[in-house]
Amino acid sequence: MKHRTFFWFFLPTGLAMLLFIALPIVSVVIQSVYAPHEAVLKTVENCTPLVGCTTETTIDQDATRDIREAQPLGRFVGLDIYLDRGHLAVTEVGEAWAASASMGGFIDRLFNLPLYRALAFTLTFTFIVTPLLIVFGLMIALAVNSLHSRLKGLMIFFSLLPMIVTPLIGSLILFWMVDSRGVIGSALVALAGDPDFSMKASTGLTWIMLIVYGVWHSAPFAFVVFYAGLQTLPQDQIEAAQIDGATRWQQIKYVVVPHLMPLVTFVALIQLMDNFRVFEPVVGFNASAHATSLSWIIFNDLGGETRQLSAASATSVLTIIGVAILLSPVLVRTWRDFKGK
Amino acid sequence: MFLKKVAFASAIALWAGGAYACEINARVNIIGNEFPAIQTVGAGAAECTGAEVSKNLTADHKDIHVAGMQGNPAEYTSAIVANSTLTILMNDDLVRPLDDLVAKHGGALQKSQLITVDGKVMAVAFMANAQHLMYRKDILEEIGVEPPKTYEEMLEAAKMIREKGIMQNPIGGAYAAGWNLAQEFNNMFLGYGGTFFKEGTAEPMINSEAGVNTLNMMKALTEYMNPDYLTHDSNATNAEYRAGNIALLNMWGSRAASQTTADGVTDAVKNGHAIAGPMTVGGGSTPASTLWWDGWTVAKNVSDEEAEATFIAMMNGIRPDMMQNDEIRQQAVWLIDGYQPTEAAIGVFEAAKAGTVPYPMVPYMGLMHGSIGNELSDFLQGKESAEQALSDIEAAYTAAAKEKGFLK
Repeated sequence: MKHRTFFWFFLPTGLAMLLFIALPIVSVVIQSVYAPHEAVLKTVENCTPLVGCTTETTIDQDATRDIREAQPLGRFVGLDIYLDRGHLAVTEVGEAWAASASMGGFIDRLFNLPLYRALAFTLTFTFIVTPLLIVFGLMIALAVNSLHSRLKGLMIFFSLLPMIVTPLIGSLILFWMVDSRGVIGSALVALAGDPDFSMKASTGLTWIMLIVYGVWHSAPFAFVVFYAGLQTLPQDQIEAAQIDGATRWQQIKYVVVPHLMPLVTFVALIQLMDNFRVFEPVVGFNASAHATSLSWIIFNDLGGETRQLSAASATSVLTIIGVAILLSPVLVRTWRDFKGK
Repeated sequence: MFLKKVAFASAIALWAGGAYACEINARVNIIGNEFPAIQTVGAGAAECTGAEVSKNLTADHKDIHVAGMQGNPAEYTSAIVANSTLTILMNDDLVRPLDDLVAKHGGALQKSQLITVDGKVMAVAFMANAQHLMYRKDILEEIGVEPPKTYEEMLEAAKMIREKGIMQNPIGGAYAAGWNLAQEFNNMFLGYGGTFFKEGTAEPMINSEAGVNTLNMMKALTEYMNPDYLTHDSNATNAEYRAGNIALLNMWGSRAASQTTADGVTDAVKNGHAIAGPMTVGGGSTPASTLWWDGWTVAKNVSDEEAEATFIAMMNGIRPDMMQNDEIRQQAVWLIDGYQPTEAAIGVFEAAKAGTVPYPMVPYMGLMHGSIGNELSDFLQGKESAEQALSDIEAAYTAAAKEKGFLK
């Protein structure tokens, strides 16, 4: 394609990307290096019903207004927010390192800090859910593909259901079922023979529950992609393999999977990104006592009575960096393949 | 049944279209929470004619009111707030002093309804709220104890109920990680005589003896709670109570009247439901609870005409003759002139009489509340010591307060 043609062809996409991807990122980065001005406090008398008057501290609005008008962005704090306890917690990590005798002790202290605790769950979730959902997606795709054509439509519909159900609703339904008075919860209590047995009260079981939910929710996506890929499978290769006496397992291993490999890369790429931003199940399962994720931290900073915009922005930037690091091996590989051709 | 409904509806209509005409000449737009008492106030304001009265009453009001009042002109001309949320709006200078409007149109107000900060009226309160004891009198009779006056007595009663095999987990509590859990901490902490901040500064001081006692008492209570307690908010706790699964709980007064009227309440709960004032703890005399008010404000970033129209409309939403309606009287502990307390109001009045501390109205309390809610669950799960949990809270709060400019 000529450069000129390419330019005009790409211009609308480029503009849209600039407007909807680049600009918001720039704005988030700016927000994360500015914080609200230091509050000028004063003591005043407050009077409220049933209590009477008490002395309380409040913000001196007249004094604060001038500072705000002079610098509407707030005060520049550089990387302070990235380094504070709510984020990378450099000081605290250093102290934890100095204070702990063993690696185990250090890790315990590390996971007491909000960002690292969230990272622990987010990464575990990402690296368990992504391979599992690829395997399950492939299995469902192969199973559906070998069905009689009349059954296929129906099975495809049912296999897609988990993806069609809104994540929040899906997790809420499961949440109620595993409640200690719910269907699954009561069954587990009966199985365990312990009246105090509760999935929601155990960190380990909560993680497992979230991971199972994650696989259940995302496997249909992998299934649809692989199923589409299977339709392009060259029949002559399969037949050749059959003539060579390959078993069904060998056919899958040496013919089907290599054929689907580019799609596996694609699904892995999308799902790594999605799972790293795991959010709805943490909210739906009310699981924040046991499992938090980077997205949940952002939500929590914005949802409190006092909104912490700068903290939320800093976590957002860290999430973007995290996604970039996660995707880099896959991207590098794709680039190499591209150069190789 | 149908006739009764028709009669009721026409009575409401007659009463609504009654003697108090309300004329306004500028737009009014209200943002607020959604519980029944606030719905009533909103409906009262919407009766005004002459200009449009819109309202957005939602449980998510806290997430949007700042954004909705920051613009100039502001989207919302009035926000219905409580202790904690008024502070949030005042932090960003979003509500206007009401002294001149009170002088002009506030004839029907009682002095106690005026929330004044630094001598200026910043909000008009219309109801009070507090968490207090609710219990099953039939079950306490069965084990032969009086309703508990202290948390220690509550634990003893819970032990007896469990030992007699009446209920496995007799205590209920809104201990869901986050806002609810932090609120229960605040109650207990104030009951032990704790103070959150060093006098006149934003420096935290909850890592104290009162803090440790608070955590140990909370932990002791959770031994008698449904093991899922960290996921139970007020709604889930009430559902447990209504289903007859728990016998003792510390619950919001504003939910007292609806406790037996919701769908699916068992007869045993209907007949056994009783309320009492908040409990004390650790031999203290201040109840382990906080006193709240709900009231309305007028936005700063609106024209004077809109502010006046808003004031008039909101006054119509809290006019004294509404207190003649039994339905409305039930909904809350009203602070409006002419209100006769109902049975359901006993708990809140007891709380006020016993000297319950109001929820702190300092600008950085919201950050403290958030930090407590995030950092407590590790302790309750037995993963760390009380001291560690308290120092985590202080550290999390300090980081947030530095960001917001309250600490250097």
